[in-house]
Amino acid sequence: MQAKVLQISARLLQSLPSILGIVVISFALTRALPGDPAVYFAGAMADQASIEQVRQALGLDKTLLEQFFIYAKNLLNGDLGMSLSTGRPVLEELLTRLPASIELTLMGLGLSILIAVPLGILAATRPMSWIDHLCRILVTAGVSLPTFFTGLFLIYIFYYLLGWAPSPLGRLDIIYLPPEHVTGSYLIDSLIARDMEVFWASLKQLILPTVTLGLFALAPIARMTRAAMLNTLASDYIRTARASGLAETKLLITYALRNAMLPILTTLGMVFSFLLGANVLVEKVFSWPGIGSYAIEALVASDYAAVQGFVLSMALLFTFVNLLVDIILTLIDPRVALDS
Amino acid sequence: MKRRTFIKTLGLTAQGAAILPFLRHIPAEAAGKSDTLVVIAGHSINSLDLHRKGTNRPSYQVTVNIYDRLVRFGTKTLADGSLTYDSTVIEPEVAESWSIADDGKSITFTINPKAIFWDGSPVTAQDVKWSFDRAVSLGGFPAVQMKAGSMTNPEQFVVVDDKTFRIDLPKPSKLTLPDLAVPIPFIINAKEAQKHATEKDPWATEYLHKTPAGSGAYKVTRWDPGQQFVYERNENWALGPKPGLKRVIVREVPSAATRRALIERQNADLYMDIPAKDAKELQAKGDVDIAGAPIDNCLHVLALNLSHKPFDDLKVRQAIAYALPYEDIISLAAYGRGKPMFGGKNKTPTDTQWPQPFPYQQDLKKAAALLQEAGYAQGFETTLSYNLGLADWQEPTALLIQQALKQININVTLDKIPGANWRTAALVEKRLPMHLENFGGWLNYPDYYFFWAYKSGHLFNSSNYKNDTIETLVDETLHMETSHPSYADHVKKMIAIAFEEVPRIPLYQPYLDAAMQKNVSGYTAWFHRQLDCRNLKKA
Repeated sequence: MQAKVLQISARLLQSLPSILGIVVISFALTRALPGDPAVYFAGAMADQASIEQVRQALGLDKTLLEQFFIYAKNLLNGDLGMSLSTGRPVLEELLTRLPASIELTLMGLGLSILIAVPLGILAATRPMSWIDHLCRILVTAGVSLPTFFTGLFLIYIFYYLLGWAPSPLGRLDIIYLPPEHVTGSYLIDSLIARDMEVFWASLKQLILPTVTLGLFALAPIARMTRAAMLNTLASDYIRTARASGLAETKLLITYALRNAMLPILTTLGMVFSFLLGANVLVEKVFSWPGIGSYAIEALVASDYAAVQGFVLSMALLFTFVNLLVDIILTLIDPRVALDS
Repeated sequence: MKRRTFIKTLGLTAQGAAILPFLRHIPAEAAGKSDTLVVIAGHSINSLDLHRKGTNRPSYQVTVNIYDRLVRFGTKTLADGSLTYDSTVIEPEVAESWSIADDGKSITFTINPKAIFWDGSPVTAQDVKWSFDRAVSLGGFPAVQMKAGSMTNPEQFVVVDDKTFRIDLPKPSKLTLPDLAVPIPFIINAKEAQKHATEKDPWATEYLHKTPAGSGAYKVTRWDPGQQFVYERNENWALGPKPGLKRVIVREVPSAATRRALIERQNADLYMDIPAKDAKELQAKGDVDIAGAPIDNCLHVLALNLSHKPFDDLKVRQAIAYALPYEDIISLAAYGRGKPMFGGKNKTPTDTQWPQPFPYQQDLKKAAALLQEAGYAQGFETTLSYNLGLADWQEPTALLIQQALKQININVTLDKIPGANWRTAALVEKRLPMHLENFGGWLNYPDYYFFWAYKSGHLFNSSNYKNDTIETLVDETLHMETSHPSYADHVKKMIAIAFEEVPRIPLYQPYLDAAMQKNVSGYTAWFHRQLDCRNLKKA
């Protein structure tokens, strides 16, 4: 156990340089963005004098190096700066928006795991059967249908034509009030508050965006499951186990799946990270007040602090998820060591 | 939301909006109720204070609805029954009356005793002065707009007594009074705001950014940034007819397709600033009403930059003006929601109406002949830049122009510029050879448009156009009363030069459209292009 803790802390230390790199790169990249925030924020009819006034107020007249040290110093104090376009601290903004994105992403990921993993297993055990073809069709569709298209299509069918889905207006219908903030997830928070009405309402709002995102995430997971399972099923120990007359379920789940879990979990980590960033379009279509739409708005406005905050929080999340996956892997498969 | 849920939530710290003394819930029947309106809009507001740096355009509507000004514009009904503001009528708001000094160099306002702030204190001349001082001192756009009305220095604003306020002017100007009716010079509860002013922030921008302090017909009772905000009627407002709606909920829905689905499914009452394509299609379907009016003093133009060859050549500019597919642009790019600005009958204007059709229409033979005269019979290469933020009309327009110009051997490369870079490239550096532009002046005078768009070096003169006659004419006319004997003559001369020289070729005058359910009435189109909730009613 002690060794494991040491391994994990060593691994944590390893992520420090990458985070430092991210701070520098995100700063440099935002400064390299075309567009002049001073001009943008001076407003519709500002003249040269008022643009200069804004530039000074924003501290953009200082040298890049000075600006960077101010940024780094604030960062050490946990201050991500003020977003110019929303006039609120970036940290506060990220903290209110991140849970919305994470809730949606986890739901989407959960749905796709529920469908993709069994589908992949079935496809691997019965290659070239109808279920294998179904898997192939779903995977192709998931990859080739852009999320905004799937989202709009679902809205068109289930909201516009059939009227089954609630209006695509974000996390809750106008008439409900968000539950007391505990975790930031409306589903969990409403359960904690024992408010089933709000729970159902937010679940209903979640269905269409979850399906949209789930369809998109399905492809890599199903493909990876199928490939990994095919590999393990062809291995010697499975043949031996089968020859020894082990029950098919035990063989599949305990022996084959556990060994196939390594690539699947790694893929899951990747998929989670890119879903979090890539659900911008889903957020736009469903008016979801998440982090993706915030980042896009900030980029369009050359809102430096907000973009940097977004990149940094994403990088931290990415590092965290990767670390988590690595740790889980060592628990599943003793052959994997953290320092390897 | 049931009462049970509501009670449970009372006293708990709701997130985000909790800093405001705000509405904690919206009653369940809200959406269906006749005194509650659900509005959907595509953009987010980012501040409740228009004077603050970085406040975006959609946020102007908050100021319009929750604050009062000294005066306001009247409204009128157009021939097709839609309502629009009337730039020629100025009505009292906080000022019950005003008088202009004989020399025209000061205006004295008497403040209406019925003007009361939300906290119950009366609006005084000190409040007006503080607010105006703030507008000219904070810089940025508010200062520029105040300057258009010849107001630049706090010393110009004089408190005569509690109920009398005077503005001193360097010179008499017809623009000062209308400039007091635009969103910028709104009146803040100075006593309340000053309580929250600090040495670093003497104008309380941090406080007013989230917590308005005004006297207007509506208050903002809830603001969830990026999601929605809610107006609630101020029952004590007595500066005009009582507004018909008790509550207005504005939801921000970024996707235009979703917005359209919402209005068609009747989950929203009013859709502000609807794209021309949707407006046209919904009008044809007839399930919802479309109201709109041409935006005063606004033109969508193709601008030719004179510092790039060969646009310095008058004949080349005229050739292009004769080559543009005006009708196709209106029907295919503006979906019919544009007033034609081509095919004028006379070479010189017969009246001072602005905008008015320019004496050009598509005539490729004439265009080719003019190009030949200019020595470009074999054509030339150029780029046409447009703003991706306005791609809904600029993209199809640019494509149509590209096709048309190809027929007179001008090869056009399209250059898409992201919205954030547009201002720097087009208006500040003025470096785009050929580009689409959409300036509209808030104050509805032709000379005001010329001041911004035709005077050398001015912001919206992205063509780098310079004409000495225009320079003197605009300077002489800008502050002149419209009743002045030379006014009409001056304006006609300016328009004649614009006709002849075409540094900006008008394509059409755009419409500002809104879609609404059949039971919504009273929608009025405003020069500031924002929703004024005061006139709206729901049956």
